[in-house]
Amino acid sequence: MNIVLEAKHINKYFKKPVKFHVLKDISFQIKKGEFASIMGKSGCGKSTLLYILSTMDTDYDGELYLNNELITGQDRTHLSYLRNKHIGFVFQFHYLLSEFSVLENVMLPAKKLAEKTNQEIENDAMQKLKILNIEHLAKKRASQVSGGEKQRVAIARALINNPSIIMGDEPTGNLDSYNAENVFNIFKQLSDEQGLSLLVVTHDKDFANKTDRIIQMGDGRIIG
Amino acid sequence: MTNWSIILGIAKTHLLTKIKQTSIAALGVTFGIGSYITLVCFMTGLNTMLDDLILNQTPHVHIYNEIEPAKQQPVSLYDDLNNSFNVIHSIKPKLSQKKIHNAIPIIHYLENNDNVRGALPQVKTQIFYIAGSIEIGGNLTGINAIDEAKYFNMGDYIIEGSAEALQNTDNGILLGIGIAKKMALKIGDRVQVSPINGGIFPLKIVGFYQSGIADLDAIQSFTNIKTVQRILGEANNYITDINVKLFDIEKAVPLARTIEQQFNLKAIDIKTANAQFETGTTIRNLITYAVSITLLIVAGFGIYNILNMLIYEKMNDIAILKATGFSGNDVQLIFMSQAMIIGFVGGVLGLLIGFGLASLIETIPFQTEALPTVETYPINMNPLYFVIGFSFTMLSTFFAGYLPSKKAKKIDPVKIIRGQ
Repeated sequence: MNIVLEAKHINKYFKKPVKFHVLKDISFQIKKGEFASIMGKSGCGKSTLLYILSTMDTDYDGELYLNNELITGQDRTHLSYLRNKHIGFVFQFHYLLSEFSVLENVMLPAKKLAEKTNQEIENDAMQKLKILNIEHLAKKRASQVSGGEKQRVAIARALINNPSIIMGDEPTGNLDSYNAENVFNIFKQLSDEQGLSLLVVTHDKDFANKTDRIIQMGDGRIIG
Repeated sequence: MTNWSIILGIAKTHLLTKIKQTSIAALGVTFGIGSYITLVCFMTGLNTMLDDLILNQTPHVHIYNEIEPAKQQPVSLYDDLNNSFNVIHSIKPKLSQKKIHNAIPIIHYLENNDNVRGALPQVKTQIFYIAGSIEIGGNLTGINAIDEAKYFNMGDYIIEGSAEALQNTDNGILLGIGIAKKMALKIGDRVQVSPINGGIFPLKIVGFYQSGIADLDAIQSFTNIKTVQRILGEANNYITDINVKLFDIEKAVPLARTIEQQFNLKAIDIKTANAQFETGTTIRNLITYAVSITLLIVAGFGIYNILNMLIYEKMNDIAILKATGFSGNDVQLIFMSQAMIIGFVGGVLGLLIGFGLASLIETIPFQTEALPTVETYPINMNPLYFVIGFSFTMLSTFFAGYLPSKKAKKIDPVKIIRGQ
């Protein structure tokens, strides 16, 4: 099976206020089509790990491979490009650009990638919204839709460039159980039907138990 | 590889959703540039008017025969006293003629010079204006009225009558307004003048002259060269002064020096004659520019302030843009283009407002005894000021946008997202 994301001996230190070893020799792989979750107590370093994997945090030791390409040490502009093309991101606090319409929010990463015409991007975006059952919101301002809907818009945005992997930082953490269930089902569906790889950091045991694989973290190490 | 359409799209959305802040920032620029244009047009207009007041009437080079003591005294010609210490008391000026020797060939020579616009002969003399038993001292200058009007704007200072009338009337006189008032004369009346060496000549008043300098207007009158020559009983090659107008005022100093050496005459250039005047002009210009630059800098700080606030408000947006694949440069360009758009719109509006205000000032009546030709406040609407103002706006908005946008570029998305 193809490996989408691979971490080799990742170590990370926080230097302020005192030197602190956050991540200790983390190594693991995510295969294509795998739906993995990272669990662990608060402060065990799971979000820190996720941001390293997302290429946004470059201050670490060790090696990181995306689609078998070494991305450690690449310059920031290239990392931005990789993030744009290969990684979709869903955050706990939905993080939409509130002044733009839902459709524009979804289209933005694709416009940045600029591989397709605006018309094609708009069709793609409508299609993604349709998959998530929110196409009726397309013309609304992002600030005018509800929390659960915002999270679905964020997922649609994460999907727009057909990324290799979707990462989520507690994507259901801020949602009620109904919407959380809904978001999980969407992830599951994407994983099963489209063979998308997913890596989700979560506190929610029920959520984690339903994923293909749980990476349990404790005290900066992978413990299971 | 920069995708301008999307960057400008985001910048536009940011600006339009915060239309109030955007307008305030743009208005800051508008007022800055508007007042710059108004101020600079008005100030330079006034400056030009004041300059013209003096410079228009002043020849660039004034050539005449100066009465002065001879530089070489006879004793220095005497070889035996060559090495001794000579003291000469009570040196008297040399008796020399007032007229310029060979004046007409000199005028022809000057007119053939490429730098010279015109060289005009004048005959100056002292006379008395006679009113009954009263004699009033004064100056009478013989001129070529049409040429004087052409080169020295004589026409601007003739408040009644015209240069042509003087030129065409034999025994006509253009009387200083001060004398006319003293003697209660009007156009068509006759005034009697008497030269120092005697005789009385009646002259017909064809117009009044007002320079704006009251002392001058109380003594000065003009007539034709031929008329003065006749009054003085001199031949028609009797010329006391030559006034030279140049194309380029900067050439006045070297030309004056050449003339002095070549013809053994006194030649005064305009810079020497009006040195203190130039200093005044320079200082007024300096003040204008100091005030204008202050205005533009204040406008620049307005933009800086608003963009800084905007970036604090948009921290989350910046983080999300970076997380979804926008590079630091893209983010910087987004904020830079916002600054430039504010600067451009504000600048263009400012130019229009400046133009409007300047045009308005130009219509306000401004009448003063000293300036007979000025009816409204003077405005110098030089396109160069608009170009300078606009360039400075774009430059200052560039710097005002550069610093905050640099900060936006450096924002670490992880910190923002995790800090939530």
